[in-house]
Amino acid sequence: MADRRHTDREYENELAQVRERVLLMGARVEDMMTASRKAFAERDAELAKATIRNDHQIDTLEVEIDELCLQVLARRQPVASDLRFITATLKLVTDLERIGDLCVNMCERVTELCEDPTYPTQGPLPRIGEAAQAMLHDSLDAFVAGDATKAEQVVERDNVVDAYYAQLFPELVAHMMSDPTVVFRSTRMLSIGKYIERIADHATNIGELVVFMVRGLDVRHTGPASNNPPFA
Amino acid sequence: MNFDLSSRLPKKIGPKKPADAESRASEIAAGPGRGSVASMETAAPETASRPRWDEVSVSQITPKMKAEDLHASFGSAEVIKGISLPIAGKLVTAIIGPSGCGKSTSIRCLNRMHEVVPGATTKGKVWLDNQNIYDRDVDPVRVRGRVGMVFQKPNPFPTMSIRDNVLAGLRLNGIKPKDPDGQVERALRQVALWDEVKDRLAKAGTSLSGGQQQRLCIARALALEPEVLLMDEPCSALDPIATARVEELIHELRESYTIVIVTHNMQQAARVANFTAFFYLGQLVEYNRTQVIFTRPKEQRTEDYITGRFG
Repeated sequence: MADRRHTDREYENELAQVRERVLLMGARVEDMMTASRKAFAERDAELAKATIRNDHQIDTLEVEIDELCLQVLARRQPVASDLRFITATLKLVTDLERIGDLCVNMCERVTELCEDPTYPTQGPLPRIGEAAQAMLHDSLDAFVAGDATKAEQVVERDNVVDAYYAQLFPELVAHMMSDPTVVFRSTRMLSIGKYIERIADHATNIGELVVFMVRGLDVRHTGPASNNPPFA
Repeated sequence: MNFDLSSRLPKKIGPKKPADAESRASEIAAGPGRGSVASMETAAPETASRPRWDEVSVSQITPKMKAEDLHASFGSAEVIKGISLPIAGKLVTAIIGPSGCGKSTSIRCLNRMHEVVPGATTKGKVWLDNQNIYDRDVDPVRVRGRVGMVFQKPNPFPTMSIRDNVLAGLRLNGIKPKDPDGQVERALRQVALWDEVKDRLAKAGTSLSGGQQQRLCIARALALEPEVLLMDEPCSALDPIATARVEELIHELRESYTIVIVTHNMQQAARVANFTAFFYLGQLVEYNRTQVIFTRPKEQRTEDYITGRFG
């Protein structure tokens, strides 16, 4: 945001530090999601477990960034774009941390699924994962670049992920009805789909925060109420 | 089958959007006690007939005063270069800007104090209700009675008692107080100084602390029963507690007076003012509701100044 520098260099450094930490946290969360998807695709229980162990790094960063933001609020009383940057960051780290948690959940389901020889059906799961990860990546890109247009596009893409998830549900239900032995595994698959769909929701939140940060406009809860996807 | 269906609910059935989305986003800048609760749709309507300030945009201001293409100079140096500014009645308007931008000069034009300085001239109009105070037949002394002023440094008359200080404005304007004791008490109560000084009204005004002296000066201005109160950095010489008292006082005085405050302290403007004007190099750069100025200013120069990215 701040392409113009503050007269107060120390303040400038504090804001830069917040920004750097958010970027680091974002990169870690993206890595975690990549690893979770890889563990799922390759049925790699070890990778899943290692990913679960890495989550504490995300949690630590969340606490650290919150603390930095509090310091800036207390010491600098930021206004205008700086205020929007700090308040957006405070919320954004919560979304990132939740994405980390959802990756942990995903990896837990993967380890359970690995106890059985095969997946029932993957259905649109790989596509949901890909779309959600792209949303996360683009929302963080939009944050870095202060690009509200890109952020708006992320928000719009949430529908795509919702639509994929709506396909997954009946597919897995049909599977369970035809073969009761896959019920347990199918519910795991369904959970994974849900986690990924939630990750896309958090990426959407980040997109909305970026629009607020750049333009000062609150675009949350403005979508039409009628497009609730079935089963979602 | 009970799947987690609730996850998307808040997004789809959230509360109805207020018409002005920015008002919510910018609520942060509203002063203490006037936060989001008061502005939520469910809030009970105010009993008073005056409009809710946070619902009034600059274009909808009902002006008590209005500067119209105002120019002011010291000799050949023009310091106010054509400012037009409506000042909302019974609300607080803050003027912010860097030193030398014409903040103080502009408010000194609002009660014809500017012309008191030798060589100082003014051009343009300043409306007080329906009268241009620069019309030939207007007596500047009467204008100053209706538009009072409080200065940066507390300046009680050093040789006068607390009581006489309160009455000084009246006497200097040739008004004989009808009920001096009552008027003194009323003015001192208005500034919440009465309980602190009622037993020593005969003591010198300068015997009070800085914060008390400033409130005494505000009482002196109020004793004239002005309609508009101009405050030129009224807290810059005060400690944080005394500052908080004056700010609280401003909140109370807003019920009865139209207030214009010039301040270098931007947090103060954010706390006390309903509208904020940003001046730069003798021109009005941006004028808007305070919460808009401090959360999403429209002009880059405003943004740069209030965030400290200036020059």
